[in-house]
Amino acid sequence: MTVLVLLSVLGLITLFSGFSSDKKLPIYLGIVGLAVVLGFNFMGWDLAHNAYNMVVADNYSIAFTTIMTFSTIFILFLLPDFSEKVEVPLAEITSLLLFTLFGAYLMVSYSNLVMLFIGIEILSISLYILAGSKKSNTASNEAAMKYFLMGSFATGFLLFGITLIYGATGSFDLGTIKTFVTDHAADTSTLLLVGVILMLIGLAFKISAAPFHFWAPDVYQGSPSLVTGFMATVVKTAGIAAFFKLFYTCFIPLADSWRTTIWVMAALTMTIGNITALYQTTFKRMLAYSSIAHAGYLLLALLALNNLSATAILYYATAYSLATIASFAVLITVHQAKQSHSLDSFKGLAKNNPFLAVMATIALCSLAGIPPLAGFFAKFYLFSAVIKEHFYWIVVIAVLNSCVGIFYYFRIIVNMFSPTAEQETIEVSSLYKMVIFVCIILSLVLGLLPDLILRCNL
Amino acid sequence: MEHLKMLPIEHYIFLSTILFCIGVAGVLLRRNAIIILMSVELMLNAVNLLLAAFSVFHGDAAGQVFVFFIMIVAAAEVAVGLAILMVIYRNNHSTDIDLLSKLKW
Repeated sequence: MTVLVLLSVLGLITLFSGFSSDKKLPIYLGIVGLAVVLGFNFMGWDLAHNAYNMVVADNYSIAFTTIMTFSTIFILFLLPDFSEKVEVPLAEITSLLLFTLFGAYLMVSYSNLVMLFIGIEILSISLYILAGSKKSNTASNEAAMKYFLMGSFATGFLLFGITLIYGATGSFDLGTIKTFVTDHAADTSTLLLVGVILMLIGLAFKISAAPFHFWAPDVYQGSPSLVTGFMATVVKTAGIAAFFKLFYTCFIPLADSWRTTIWVMAALTMTIGNITALYQTTFKRMLAYSSIAHAGYLLLALLALNNLSATAILYYATAYSLATIASFAVLITVHQAKQSHSLDSFKGLAKNNPFLAVMATIALCSLAGIPPLAGFFAKFYLFSAVIKEHFYWIVVIAVLNSCVGIFYYFRIIVNMFSPTAEQETIEVSSLYKMVIFVCIILSLVLGLLPDLILRCNL
Repeated sequence: MEHLKMLPIEHYIFLSTILFCIGVAGVLLRRNAIIILMSVELMLNAVNLLLAAFSVFHGDAAGQVFVFFIMIVAAAEVAVGLAILMVIYRNNHSTDIDLLSKLKW
């Protein structure tokens, strides 16, 4: 609870610090404030503090909020140089990022469906503005509008689902719903089943799972690159964590009626994401499709629903966030040097800036799932959680999809190391170097010592 | 509140479902961004109606409190949505969403 209050006050303070003559003050405040929030967050470990049966800060929520806060801190470090080039107002962006994070906090620590709804909305409304923060850029406008229309449409489904569940069970409280569902597992009402499916659709929209993924590539491409990086990491983590928490806590007794839907959805999401990524000509759009594919892998944890899945999601989200932030930092640097997102702009990067090329290679290898990086073990633990529940075919599909993934990630790596006639050096600012380096080192460390996260008692 | 219970709950469910479906059809079929916004509002209000009905039938106030939350959040959402629409109108001089196709599908 303290954490939530601190975070919302921090958002307000950074917003008003925009009046200061020091243009970078909001960033400093944001980073220092988030460090304080992290500290307070850690203090709640193992305490499972329950605030009025609305928000519970159990280990599950603390673990996920920690990852998301770290991702946000990395993004804030990347922000000053980015906003200088793109001319987006710093204080507003910083505070909106913090408000989005606040929504994400609620989404992983709710214990009442009202809080889930409010968390999703706080997150989404801030993101609509962030997506359109380049006001004069028509691509950014278009991204914001598409995101807004699709987001509010999805909210409608989510709300209708919540309402039907309320109608069937008489409560919004997760504990009460769980008791009701367990007691009435034999004679489930249609109302409840339809409610569960509608909520599933609403949440699938939010994590961009096929067949509700069609908005994601456009929104990811049109938004400012740093915001896209934020969406692909923090928002996706929050979405899947909220999704998993709801179904793991409440709806396991009904699993027979929705497991097939998740199975088909996961298979479709992975396949569509990976196959379409093969045909992309720009790096940004390719990363968008790759993030759809990763949502598909993450959906596998909802299929497993055993004691391994929560830690598997946590580990996967960490590995994926680290690699994605590093890739987006590289993308922004290359874009600022060459004014192009196309895959060809990566040609000869190894010669122009060896550091950047090596770091990008490691990040892409982690995304592709090459050992000994964190991305490999993340896939490994996720797939073994699913195999434990005897879903073999979906794992075969997932492994085949990972092979397709390796193909398009390696196309960029080959591009970077291919010779080119141009001899322009690409400058990397020291902050970018630092963030990229830290992300890569953490990917390596987590790959070599996966116990650091897997030991967590969620 | 008792006179609300004169009709069985199924009637409320059917009415809300029909309203909700009209909203969904509006979002999917209409091409004007403002009409789409109105259709989304229709979806949310169908939900509000059903929540209030369930709340009465369960004899539980939580449902009606949730209705207020939905109204407030919907207002915030519309404020942001109309701002985005204004920016687009300034750049395109139209609210037709078919113009929003610069990013390839």
